[in-house]
Amino acid sequence: MAIIEIRDLRKSYRVYQKKEGLAASIRGLFHREYRDVQAVKGIDLTVEQGEFVAFLGPNGAGKTTTLKLLSGVISPTSGRATVMGYVPWERSNEYRRRFALVMGQKNQLWWDLPAAESFRLHQQIYRLAPAAFDRTMAELTELLDVEGLLNQPVRELSLGERMKMELIAALLHEPEVLFLDEPTIGLDVIAQHNIQQFLKRYQRERKTTILLTSHYMKDIEALCRRVVIIAQGRLMYDGSLAGIVDRFSGHKVLSLQFTDDQMPSDLARYGEVLSIEPPKIRLKIQREEIAKVLSSVLGSYAVADVSVEDPPLEEVIADAFAEAEEVTESRKLLVPSTSVEP
Amino acid sequence: MSATLSTQTTPTARSAWWTIFRTCIEERLVYRGDFALGTLMRFLPIVTQVFLWTAVFASAKTGDGAIRGYTRDDVVAYYLLTMLGRALSSMPGLASGIAAQIRTGEIKKFMIQPIDLIGFCLAARLAHKLVYYTVAIGPFALVFWLCGDYFPEWPSASRFAAFVLALGMGFALGFFLEATLGMIGFWFLEVSSLLFVYMLFNFFFSGHMFPLEFLNGSLPKPLAAVLAYQPLQYLAYFPAAVYLGKLDDEAVLRGLALQAGWVLFFFMTCRWSMHAGMKRYSGYGG
Repeated sequence: MAIIEIRDLRKSYRVYQKKEGLAASIRGLFHREYRDVQAVKGIDLTVEQGEFVAFLGPNGAGKTTTLKLLSGVISPTSGRATVMGYVPWERSNEYRRRFALVMGQKNQLWWDLPAAESFRLHQQIYRLAPAAFDRTMAELTELLDVEGLLNQPVRELSLGERMKMELIAALLHEPEVLFLDEPTIGLDVIAQHNIQQFLKRYQRERKTTILLTSHYMKDIEALCRRVVIIAQGRLMYDGSLAGIVDRFSGHKVLSLQFTDDQMPSDLARYGEVLSIEPPKIRLKIQREEIAKVLSSVLGSYAVADVSVEDPPLEEVIADAFAEAEEVTESRKLLVPSTSVEP
Repeated sequence: MSATLSTQTTPTARSAWWTIFRTCIEERLVYRGDFALGTLMRFLPIVTQVFLWTAVFASAKTGDGAIRGYTRDDVVAYYLLTMLGRALSSMPGLASGIAAQIRTGEIKKFMIQPIDLIGFCLAARLAHKLVYYTVAIGPFALVFWLCGDYFPEWPSASRFAAFVLALGMGFALGFFLEATLGMIGFWFLEVSSLLFVYMLFNFFFSGHMFPLEFLNGSLPKPLAAVLAYQPLQYLAYFPAAVYLGKLDDEAVLRGLALQAGWVLFFFMTCRWSMHAGMKRYSGYGG
């Protein structure tokens, strides 16, 4: 059974348009112009129990807005969504006891007190039985290796340590659904890796349903089998990470190493030259041309080594985002300015 | 070590609030220096007040030595009693704190976690007051003892009970009134000017600077009637007037009933504005 169901979910904000200059500021006291910003423009999504789904997209694409909608902080302009059968923005206590939201930039621990105090408070707020609480607590602190830090005031912890504590606070009540909004933002490589490893293991053992947004491809590669790309408030792609390359990239990267430094000069006829470092060269080749090009190159030159690779994922995704923007631009041109955007 | 971490019984609503209360006390005790200094500084203005009113009464030279029924001793005693009342009913940082939480988005915590914002603020405020009084009771007792001569005879037991009740409701009224002001932050992100205006009104109409009788006599009738029913008087003036016997029994009962009415009014307004505010917040912001 689907644990999260989203149907045609839309959210628009009204934003005050402040114009430059003092005169405009004074006019703004009496009359204000507002602009509607459509952050989410009709998203459909179904997530099964136990899935680990990544939300990818450029800044302002609507990822965080979607997570806020699902955690009930904001309510939609139109559309439906249920999580475990609850409508999130009704904010029932039953629902709130069964999910958690972690925002990488927001703090829910008590700044001046040791994390242990915040955890004890969570035990009470979420009504956790002592035995279960102690068990979860012991497990989480061990997994995240923070046993020694529980009695230090939170303000004295490093960013990475604090993030671990935030995760513990969010997981103490064993949520069935977990929303993670950039959980590794601002962390160094090691701390990022630790959090990734933890999330991976935790999810594997608990089968918690997790939605994650992140800008770090490493996070996503390590954790999620299913990736959803959101751009311009729309869902652009829903599938595997590898599938992104098939869907958005029409080319492969061919690397050749020649036997001597005498590089042929006419390789540009096969495709775009990406780099030349004699005796190596990298070429961008159309996917359907690759077999033909390979046999031609191998037949004509003395080649020591050859490899064919997909382009780097980051690049493909950047292309995909750019494509989304173009689509939106062209739509704007097609739609008369008076009508409402579809 | 984590075996000792949990509270040992299964949590209930009551134990949850108790833990919040305790945690707030602990948090309050972190900054002991600031806190001790702040507490002591509150007592400095007393000395200037005694001098001020002595001078006022010396130059007024009224026939019976009283202004609108208050002698100099009465006024000094009144001032000390309002200090006690205000120590309970003033809520420094409550409204601005709620507004700041709305502005920074910290308010989300109360939308995501199964916990009530107003209940949480109330527990925190009770904790702060308790810590404050534990420290302040010494200086308070000392000042009241030193100024004992300014006070009239002890009031009757029933009067004293009414005084304590008025103080208690003063706390509740101050809390719900200021919390309501904080909720305005859902509509206007910046509420500091509004709070300034409120403080100004509070200054005059709570009777914190001088007994409201002083103001009352010099106001036109309709305004005086408004003054007699407005809620701010219960934050300072009313408990002190009850203690000093400035009101007859009927006026005391009527006052207590009106005060209870205001508490109920602001309790409901506060809850309503929180719900309406969160609805608005979820509709526009995030």
